[in-house]
Amino acid sequence: MDRIPILKMGEYLLVTIQVDMHDQLALQLQEDLTERISRESAAGVLIDISSLDVVDSFIGRMIGNIAAMARVLDADTVVTGMRPAVAITLVELGLSLEGVHTALNVERGMALLREKVAARHA
Amino acid sequence: MPSESPRFSDLVARHESQLLADWFAQQKASRATRLDLIGEAELEDQSRRFLRAFRAALESGELDDISRPAWDEVRDFLQEVSRSRAMQGFRPNETASFVFSLKQPVFALLRQEFAKAPEELAAQTWTLSMLLDQLGLYTTEIYQQTREEIIVRQQQELLELSTPVVQLWDRILALPLVGTLDSSRTQVVMESLLERIVSSGSEIAIIDITGVPTVDTLVAQHLLKTIAATRLMGADCIISGIRPQIAQTIVHLGVDLGTVVTKATLADAFAVALKRTRDSRTHVIEGA
Repeated sequence: MDRIPILKMGEYLLVTIQVDMHDQLALQLQEDLTERISRESAAGVLIDISSLDVVDSFIGRMIGNIAAMARVLDADTVVTGMRPAVAITLVELGLSLEGVHTALNVERGMALLREKVAARHA
Repeated sequence: MPSESPRFSDLVARHESQLLADWFAQQKASRATRLDLIGEAELEDQSRRFLRAFRAALESGELDDISRPAWDEVRDFLQEVSRSRAMQGFRPNETASFVFSLKQPVFALLRQEFAKAPEELAAQTWTLSMLLDQLGLYTTEIYQQTREEIIVRQQQELLELSTPVVQLWDRILALPLVGTLDSSRTQVVMESLLERIVSSGSEIAIIDITGVPTVDTLVAQHLLKTIAATRLMGADCIISGIRPQIAQTIVHLGVDLGTVVTKATLADAFAVALKRTRDSRTHVIEGA
């Protein structure tokens, strides 16, 4: 059973999806990530999907769900590196992922996350 | 009538120059020839070349079907003529009349040769009439094809011309939209904008709709979709150039632009974009 690794960087968690997402993998990720957020009391989660070139409605909804769960657990989520084709597909599916922060790449995503967390601490 | 056909090809061979002269005179007299679009020399050259190819094909004896290999040369030549005439602005009937005008001189020749054999005359006339009809219709078909190709190419060019994505500043893109937005065009706009956002690493895209004549619910929905996709990729959109009438229409239609930032002019939008990118850069530097 393969899993998507979750890396810890200070108070942030880093997830990079580099394989084709299938439903089981997405469910596993949701479980692992919520578990880790609460154990490490992480302040922010960054999900990089720049290698993801196919999404369906399930994966799209999963990304939205993960972000919503992270918010409940008091962590901000940034999704980075979404490809144009993926963005168009999600919009056509009617999933515009309201409430999820997005950034062009990991570097800018990290900056955005720091900004969000700093604003919350202030 | 395969046994008779070689005789007609001999006839054409024997009277080729007379046939050509008659045909040419016939064409010059007809208004459909459009000597204002095509020069006499060119017309004469086309007539001569067609007649030569026509005679060669007649020698094969296959007079009932012009899709046979023996007619390849004639078809190629007619294709060339139809294409060039479609480009020169001929109308379809004027293009087809190039071939149809050959009927009269050909029938005159037949009458002269078969004066003593009415049965033979009728048979030959019928065969040749069918043949020339097929050739004439073929020119029309090619004409139509050429016109369609031209239309498709122009549509493509228009589409490409009408969706330029401009890099205004470091990390700021502008998309000046001109003309009516429909589904297929919005698709192209959306794709080219998203591709440019990735390739240039831009954070803000300004969509300027000064040149969009009308905004209906469909156009508004297309715009909102583009903006949603842009946001998913991690960039922001600003809409500028909303004219007063369009603002009224949008409100009357009940379209909710939601949290989308709108500015009156491209200049205002650019100022906002500059301020935002400067802010985000300071944040990055502070954070680093």
